[in-house]
Amino acid sequence: MSEPLLQAVNLECERDTRLLFHNLSFSILPGTVTRVEGPNGTGKTTLLRILAGLNDAFSGDLLWCGEPRSHLRESFLRNTLYLGHRPGIKPLLTPLENLRALMAGRRRVTDDTLSQALAGTGLAGFEHVPCRNLSAGQQRRVALARLLIADEPLWLLDEVFTAIDAGGVKAIEALLQQRAQEGGAVLVTTHHDLQLPGMQRIILGGGERDDN
Amino acid sequence: MTTDVRPGLKPVESGVGLFPAMAAVFMRDVRVAFRQRQDLLNPLLFFIMVVTLFPLGVSPEVEFLRQSGAGILWVAALLSVLLSLDHLFRHDFDDGTLEQLVLQPQPLFALVLAKTVAHWILTGLPLVVLTPILGIMVHLDGNSIAILCLTLLIGTPVLSLIGSIGAALTLGLRSAGVLLSLLIIPLYIPVLIFGTGTVAAASEGSPVAGYLALMGAFLVLALTLAPFASAAALRISLSNS
Repeated sequence: MSEPLLQAVNLECERDTRLLFHNLSFSILPGTVTRVEGPNGTGKTTLLRILAGLNDAFSGDLLWCGEPRSHLRESFLRNTLYLGHRPGIKPLLTPLENLRALMAGRRRVTDDTLSQALAGTGLAGFEHVPCRNLSAGQQRRVALARLLIADEPLWLLDEVFTAIDAGGVKAIEALLQQRAQEGGAVLVTTHHDLQLPGMQRIILGGGERDDN
Repeated sequence: MTTDVRPGLKPVESGVGLFPAMAAVFMRDVRVAFRQRQDLLNPLLFFIMVVTLFPLGVSPEVEFLRQSGAGILWVAALLSVLLSLDHLFRHDFDDGTLEQLVLQPQPLFALVLAKTVAHWILTGLPLVVLTPILGIMVHLDGNSIAILCLTLLIGTPVLSLIGSIGAALTLGLRSAGVLLSLLIIPLYIPVLIFGTGTVAAASEGSPVAGYLALMGAFLVLALTLAPFASAAALRISLSNS
């Protein structure tokens, strides 16, 4: 289990002729939480999208379990959960329908499991209310319900604490820590002051940016 | 394909099969469409309006309508499919569903195909169903109407499939509408020519099997190639967003 899940070697990414990061190398080991830090516009989301496989505009190597990721694409996709800024929640569908559709491509789950996951994020009683009638925080919670039933070993979470109340933030922190103890790997970007024991950091935009 | 499974990793086979995943994508699109019925009605109303305005604007002569009726219906159907194309991926792109779709372990072209089939059933198929009524309105005879319906039945899926490439390519752009039309209309022209040509041949009493075979070839070609092109275009559009 000590073999890294995902390794980045000499990643370099340029966006609109601005160098976001270069010579960026790190390993994501099972059982760890890693926080990507940096001011706005330093490429946190871009880095996460590159790692998730959504953005191919980079140079450098990404290794999945020690082999180039492109060779193991199916295995990588099956074993990675990505939650972005836009969480994939359809405003016209109910939380239950949304969650069912999002899980449908990943693995078989019963509606009971889905309802329990929604209840676990505090959405009990809202299962059949269209998401557009829910608050921003509640809509985020629909997406976060996936974390309660996800079996993917690698989680890539972008701004996961946005629009979540204090109680919810604590619950997510506990969930991430528990996940790491169970052997999962978590990568988060956040401006929230996340402090977990043994947390790794990837700091972007530190000194390498030439402001002019 | 992976055969060796490392400790802690889920084997690819433990996920969902291709067909259930495609069915889920299809069902979600259908469900969303029925919750937003005005989007469903828009292309249909456009189709009906164009066809009804032609006799008023050009000529209500029976002879003129009988001659150009099939053409009018085909052009109206083509434009109405074109109108609906921008919605094919746009909402999914805006709410992040598309990102999740691309990251599903199943091949993307198959999921895109499921979305395109849903698009056809929600926009193209209703046009085919309405065609007999509008055909009577433009004084087409029974045989011509039957052939017209058949060409639209083969032709509208081609329009959806080709259109999905354009919709995927123009996804990241702010003013996608104009570019989408410019990209797609030239590719629609052969379908239009053979679609109306079939009906013209039928009304002259010539055999139409050859025309229909060619239309069928268009459909097979679009069905096998367009989903790959759309999937690749989607990846590019998402990569740049």
